[in-house]
Amino acid sequence: MPTSILLVGTPKGAFILERAADEGGGPDDWAIRGPLCEGWPIHDLIVERGGGALLAAGGSPWYGPAVWRSEDLGVSWTHSSVGLTFGDDGGTSQEPIKTVWSLAVTPDGAILAGVEPAALFRSEDRGATWSQVTGLTEHESRSTWQPGAGGLILHTIIPHPTDLQRTWVGISAVGVFETLDGGATWEPRNQGVRADFNPDPHPITGQCVHKFAAAAGEPESLYQQNHCGMYRSSDGGLSWTDLTANGLPSQFGFPLVAHPRDTNTFWIIPLNGDDRGRYVPGASAAVWRTHDRGDTWIRAGDGLPQQDAYLSVLREAMARDTLDPVGITFGTKTGQLWHSDDEGVNWQLITRDLPEIWAVEALILD
Amino acid sequence: MAVVLLPRSLLALFPGVERRHEVDGADVAAVIAALEGRVPGLRDRLVEDGPRLRPHINVFVAGVPADLRTSVGTDDTVHVIPVVSGG
Repeated sequence: MPTSILLVGTPKGAFILERAADEGGGPDDWAIRGPLCEGWPIHDLIVERGGGALLAAGGSPWYGPAVWRSEDLGVSWTHSSVGLTFGDDGGTSQEPIKTVWSLAVTPDGAILAGVEPAALFRSEDRGATWSQVTGLTEHESRSTWQPGAGGLILHTIIPHPTDLQRTWVGISAVGVFETLDGGATWEPRNQGVRADFNPDPHPITGQCVHKFAAAAGEPESLYQQNHCGMYRSSDGGLSWTDLTANGLPSQFGFPLVAHPRDTNTFWIIPLNGDDRGRYVPGASAAVWRTHDRGDTWIRAGDGLPQQDAYLSVLREAMARDTLDPVGITFGTKTGQLWHSDDEGVNWQLITRDLPEIWAVEALILD
Repeated sequence: MAVVLLPRSLLALFPGVERRHEVDGADVAAVIAALEGRVPGLRDRLVEDGPRLRPHINVFVAGVPADLRTSVGTDDTVHVIPVVSGG
């Protein structure tokens, strides 16, 4: 019987929730394990391609950054940060690495890690050792990179599904970059994306990308939730179109997930604005979805609190599984975990008692 | 040889490693290097780029606050203690 797994990252460690995939029902069906990774703050969790090992991106305020690895679905963990360094020379010219923020697996099995302060690292040996992708941090704009409220973080990594030379990354508050040559050089991909907080609202870099994702099987189709709008690109990020005016309640939000099969469908959770408290508009919780690439939007609040809900959802804290219909899960800054079995139409509370939820990942085990 | 006492939260990252170690080393950096030989990966948990001790790691040599260059005598006890912080 397939099992639904939710991987949850928090400032007080990782948690794993499990239930039978066809069980449905209420919150009691989910079994919760944790805190894992020795209670380290965990910003991202992924599943390694092929072997199914779990990887967790973290950073301890005492012991520094590391990538955690579990071969037994979170029962036991090891960690490594060998090579996760700017070097002793780098340490004198910039801040040392505080934490690992994001992880991704390339089509050929390498692991990519984004860190704070923003840089990209690559592992060819399943996370045992790391080397910096220096082409990104040697970009000519590097001296102008400024942190967002969450720090100068490389938070999104999207390897092209078939072309090993191409990868997109997102850095706050710097923008989207793409490499076409395996990481040797990088090009900004921010044309059409506004930076309303900048004297020039259309700089080459300096945009505050919050999250972006590619349509399933259509890597040139990218969707981006930005500090200053909800965007779509049909050309791999060369240009972006703002979709906010198509009925969304706000241009501001963090998470975004794309449907695993339908290239037209994705989900977001708008918040009321960067200077208005950063909670759901009107204190009424809803997940918004589109079935036409953002031309129109549907608000879904059934099951979610519709008043006095001062909820915020962070950039990595929403995920979808691969079931049909797709299951969607999101976690809040106040520790509630919500799940939908029907592609985001109806919602149930799984638990309200986790720490602040930074990351959610969903997977199905056969 | 100096005696090094490691904190519980550090031991939890390296299952099976003992709290108490006897190692040779002329200074704190050398002591940590000797520990790295026994416990691969331990240095990364205590030392950041610079190199320097991580900001929230305190090391005491014979009860006195130390940095990586602090001399260590053969009869000294070296305490590694995470600072009291968090929330």
